[in-house]
Amino acid sequence: MNIVVCVKHVPDAQGDRTFRESDNTTDRANVDGLLSELDEYAVETALQLVEADGGEVTVVTMGPDQASDAIKKALQMGADKGVHICDDALHGSDAVATSLVLAKAIEKLGPVDLVVTGMASTDGTMGVVPAMLAERLGLPQVTFASEISVADGAVTIRRDGDAGSQTIRSGLPALVSVTDQINEPRYPSFKGIMAAKKKPVESWTLADVGVGPDEVGLGAAWTTVSSFAARPPRGAGTIVSDDGTGADQLVAFLSERKFV
Amino acid sequence: MAEVLVLVDHVGGTVRKTTSELLTIARRIGEPSAVFIGDGYDAAKGVLAAFGAQKVYRVDAAEATAYLVAPQAEILAQIAGAASPAAILVASSAEGKEVAARLAIKLSSGLVTDAVGVDVTDGAITTTQSVFAGSYTVKASVNRGTPIIAVKPNSAAPEESPSSPSEESVAYTPSGASAAAAIVSTVPKAASGRPELTEAAIVVSGGRGTGGDFSKVEAFADSLGAAVGASRAAVDAGWYPHTSQVGQTGKQVSPSLYVACGISGAIQHRAGMQTSKTIIAVNKDPEAPIFELVDFGVVGDLFAVLPDATAKVAAAKG
Ligand SMILES: Cc1cc2nc3c(=O)[nH]c(=O)nc-3n(C[C@H](O)[C@H](O)[C@H](O)COP(=O)(O)OP(=O)(O)OC[C@H]3O[C@@H](n4cnc5c(N)ncnc54)[C@H](O)[C@@H]3O)c2cc1C
Ligand SMILES: Nc1ncnc2c1ncn2[C@@H]1O[C@H](COP(=O)(O)O)[C@@H](O)[C@H]1O
Repeated sequence: MNIVVCVKHVPDAQGDRTFRESDNTTDRANVDGLLSELDEYAVETALQLVEADGGEVTVVTMGPDQASDAIKKALQMGADKGVHICDDALHGSDAVATSLVLAKAIEKLGPVDLVVTGMASTDGTMGVVPAMLAERLGLPQVTFASEISVADGAVTIRRDGDAGSQTIRSGLPALVSVTDQINEPRYPSFKGIMAAKKKPVESWTLADVGVGPDEVGLGAAWTTVSSFAARPPRGAGTIVSDDGTGADQLVAFLSERKFV
Repeated sequence: MAEVLVLVDHVGGTVRKTTSELLTIARRIGEPSAVFIGDGYDAAKGVLAAFGAQKVYRVDAAEATAYLVAPQAEILAQIAGAASPAAILVASSAEGKEVAARLAIKLSSGLVTDAVGVDVTDGAITTTQSVFAGSYTVKASVNRGTPIIAVKPNSAAPEESPSSPSEESVAYTPSGASAAAAIVSTVPKAASGRPELTEAAIVVSGGRGTGGDFSKVEAFADSLGAAVGASRAAVDAGWYPHTSQVGQTGKQVSPSLYVACGISGAIQHRAGMQTSKTIIAVNKDPEAPIFELVDFGVVGDLFAVLPDATAKVAAAKG
């Protein structure tokens, strides 16, 4: 099986994430980044599938120089090769442009059986790139998988939606996104870390994937962020220690705020 | 006035509250047209009329609901092609956002997800979103095509505006790729008798501090008529279903009141509740990060505080 996994390099959620004053885009330069935790589940899914049935896992990322760290981590976990799409024109790209570039890159990689993604990136958290990729690639959309099996040329997942738990099935090739319920991502082993150093990573520009600089970046974004503001700090709340009257004070607060 | 398409979010004709909010928002932009896909229209009709739909597009074709997400986007694109709406509004659920995502590509239109506010000035739409786990507020607008906006529950107070909508039946046959990911079966969610988590005015959540015993959390929730949520630690331990998880990889809630019991307040949990209007925590540990967010906090044992508070709320309510 030939699997492509899309992984994103994101600012660490534990650090202070912020915006660039100059153009209202996410600050990706002055922060520590890492492979989006939710994409580790996608990498793990792909690895388990090829371990069971054979095949090859290619990880693809689009992002600035540091984004190669995300590929490195996936290769250490066990993926076979990486593609890093890096181009100055990409700065400020929105989900629409990201999905265009990823779709072109996947097409360039040739026939695949599965494209696997995370459920959402931990920075933008839109959770829309997978659906956009399916739309652009004309692939069946099999998303938010919390269980997966591939057999007889078909993929079957469990999707826990608002209305209930659905079983979704489609033929291959297909696009799958996975949730954090699907597995327990492995830590890279020492052997994996050493092996990753010899694995091939290609670096592609926009021209390599056949996308024009006017189709991506801030200028091509179909939405404009007009302003951003730190949420005003919540006024210091009242904190009481329960000396036996904690519940009384709690209920008094509730009635003062008209909840009871 | 231009039409504004609203995708009706419903389960078998039971319309979710978000839809009445979307119709209310749509009226600020233009004339709301509801798009109803699937079975149960008779049950839904009344709500759509009550909240001011001027028109209802009905799609009964079985294929429309036999496949995941793609048909809904295709149907909206088909209707938008004929109606040239001023905007298209969907609920910002996981599925709603996916529909919006595909539609954006089909219509070459800008998309805003997770909007918590939609302002209209002289016909120009500005959305408000809350990003980075609620630490920033962002204002944005769509600059290309038909604005497609996925709006979170509880972003507008639904206001009634009775109408008698016209109905138009829409024929639909899915294209090849839309008829690919088949919904083989659906096991409906067990009814808890409590409000829907994302729509509830009050949410009471339990975490690892419950030690697996959610009865005190549930009883307190019931005294307030609240929905029950859970942290991922509680879900991972198998104490509560994943559909009740609040946070980055669970549900994002924005109720008037959120009560966190035995929850430390990790960034991923905050991402799902930080926009709640009032926040209360009950936690043994005075250093728990959740206390940084609260309007009111009790440092104490939830097994002592909650039952006592439950009794007092019941008494106060008479
Ligand atoms: C990719 C990723 C996604 C994630 N997504 C989510 C998500 O969607 N939602 C989510 O919640 N988490 C999520 N997490 C996990 C998150 O990081 C935390 O681990 C989790 O929220 C902790 O849950 P908790 O607060 O219940 O447990 P803990 O952090 O263990 O806190 C338990 C708290 O209970 C208190 N306590 C103990 N006993 C009592 C008592 N008797 N009375 C009162 N207080 C008591 C303790 O003082 C402590 O503060 C995610 C993590 C990752 C890596
Ligand atoms: N720049 C990117 N490079 C590679 N994959 C991405 C990128 N952005 C998003 N993705 C993939 O799309 C998923 C959803 O991202 P998002 O829609 O941004 O929340 C992620 O989990 C990744 O698998």
